[in-house]
Amino acid sequence: MSEVTLVEAINLALARAMEEDPDVVVLGEDVGINGGVFRATVGLQTRFGPERVLDTPLAELLISGLCVGMAAQGLKPIGEIQFMGFLYPCIDQLVNHASRIRNRTQGRLTCPMVLRTPHGAGIRAPEHHSESTEAMLAHIPGLRVVIPSSPERAYGLLLAAIRDPDPVVFLEPTRIYRAAKGEVEDNGEALPLDVAFVLRQGRDITLISWGAMLKETMAAADALAAEGIAAEVIDLATLKPYDEATVLGSLAKTGRCIIVHEATRTGGFGAEIAALIAERALTSLLAPVARVTGYDTVIPMARLEQHMIPSVDRIVTAARKACQYN
Amino acid sequence: MASKKMADGGLPVIARFEVRHRNYLAPDGSINRPLPAFASDADLLTALYRAMMLLRNFDRKAVALQRTGRLGTYAVSLGQEAVSVGIASAMRADDVLLPSYRDNGALIWRGVKLEEILLFWGGDERGNDFSGPVEDFPFCVPVGSQAPHAAGVAYAFKLRKQPRVAVCMFGDGATSKGDVYEAMNFAGVHKLPVVFVATNNQWAISVPLRLQTGCETLAQKAIAAGFTGEQVDGSDVVAVRAAAEAAIAAARDGQGPRFIEAITYRLGDHTTSDDALRYRSADEVQARWKEEPITRLRSYLVGQKMWSKAQEEQLAAECHERVEAAVERYLATEPRRPESMFDHLYADLPDVYAAQRRELAGEGDV
Repeated sequence: MSEVTLVEAINLALARAMEEDPDVVVLGEDVGINGGVFRATVGLQTRFGPERVLDTPLAELLISGLCVGMAAQGLKPIGEIQFMGFLYPCIDQLVNHASRIRNRTQGRLTCPMVLRTPHGAGIRAPEHHSESTEAMLAHIPGLRVVIPSSPERAYGLLLAAIRDPDPVVFLEPTRIYRAAKGEVEDNGEALPLDVAFVLRQGRDITLISWGAMLKETMAAADALAAEGIAAEVIDLATLKPYDEATVLGSLAKTGRCIIVHEATRTGGFGAEIAALIAERALTSLLAPVARVTGYDTVIPMARLEQHMIPSVDRIVTAARKACQYN
Repeated sequence: MASKKMADGGLPVIARFEVRHRNYLAPDGSINRPLPAFASDADLLTALYRAMMLLRNFDRKAVALQRTGRLGTYAVSLGQEAVSVGIASAMRADDVLLPSYRDNGALIWRGVKLEEILLFWGGDERGNDFSGPVEDFPFCVPVGSQAPHAAGVAYAFKLRKQPRVAVCMFGDGATSKGDVYEAMNFAGVHKLPVVFVATNNQWAISVPLRLQTGCETLAQKAIAAGFTGEQVDGSDVVAVRAAAEAAIAAARDGQGPRFIEAITYRLGDHTTSDDALRYRSADEVQARWKEEPITRLRSYLVGQKMWSKAQEEQLAAECHERVEAAVERYLATEPRRPESMFDHLYADLPDVYAAQRRELAGEGDV
């Protein structure tokens, strides 16, 4: 076991999957000799050859569409989109084909593909490089949307996504690609999809988040503990389909909930969770559910992006308010 | 003028491209140039003729079903039967077809049952779980979006060293989409075993070809992707079949992709929901009836004594019988249970959606 960064864990999972299954193919822009703009695919082309690790022409729609065609043939393509802001040409393929070819053909053709893309702001990248539009993806039936928050979960969830018989969009939290380090045993063991992870137990309030925002959310839980508030922290991990039972189970215990996400508020995935709680856990609630999110603005460029990302303070303030509610 | 002057000014020409046009049968069934070898096979030519006739009869019945509320929106192939039939006839069973929504003729040739096609257009996904080759794609409705799939399928063939070819069919309108160019470009880079077929029927619903492209031909779009494009008379099934044979053989042989532009004319409306008189004159359509593919082939076959009046009458009866029997089976199809809409959403339905399925099935609350 060794300590690796999140992006190194992605690389380990890709290599492991390619090693164990000759049908796994990695494709995208600069994924070959360059190893990807974030180096997630570094070394793979040398090890597995240019036929299985291929640099595509600069065309995102193509990457997603190729994945659908390859997957229908029983390959397990893993497409890389360099930044989430460049994912949008793929939406047609994801909505019209990847997520529904199984249903359209009543199971005759299937789509075991993974589309990986970095997610979120905070690395002072150029315009269009800092998107977190996961809610848009989570609205697509037939798709899975997965986002890890640590090297360990990046490794285990990516392996699960690759082995899954259905299409998965795998979002990678850019801000913690290198900032997050952890022990990862490269043993080929996947973690379960569709399951939320309780990162910290607590009886007073439930904090729910995903991806890079778990960093601030865990820090907020520490700060709250110092005030005598025991926060339970849930990493949703799979947004589509998400683990309603873990959310509701935690709410039954704490009666209070803060949902934290970097994406804009209106129509964000937090709204879905708040609606679930309103429908199914109203009588458990001791305080209104609150969302701590990005603002309903265009994600600012580098100079203002930190103001968009929910701070530890905003989370702590919201949690404190919920705990004081009566 | 400026560029001509520059060329005249001594700049070297670094590349020259040409596009060829293929035609054998004139509209009256006479021969324009020596026929390809397969044309001496009377069984094959009559099989092509039978397939086109079946398609036309099937289309007529499908429209009647739609008009009487027993079928949804339907796209007829009237006037362009030679393209889908001719292309499919040159494919092997283990090649993969990626059709557009107007390629019924290709699906039927490849073994899809008429009732399955009706089931699809009747609004039932089970029509796509068809009896044709199991790896063939279903009709693609979002125009041109199947082209990248064809490149992906062909990449899989190449990676696994399988001597198979992907055949992707779309219309003239699709050639305006980035999807098609992106797929062709990739296929060119990797010399993939894929044949792209543009059925140029002159109209993308109401938009004529002159508003679709400034190019002289659609075939030349292949040149920008690094491979050969050929134009064929798409109302001459012999030409379509010959072009498809050559293109598919080249692709199978590792020579890379090919592009076929089949020039034809959509004699019918875009679909049963369309009224083509809103955007083109009856005179224009009438004039194009002279070129249609079925009369053309029949004239040739009759002239060659490969086809008789008795065979024609027998075929008409066979087509009628086959179509009517298919309609009967279609109309007798057991309806799906509503909750079956969950059955193929995922390989295994996630627990969180099982409750919704139960609700739809009337098995208790969510």
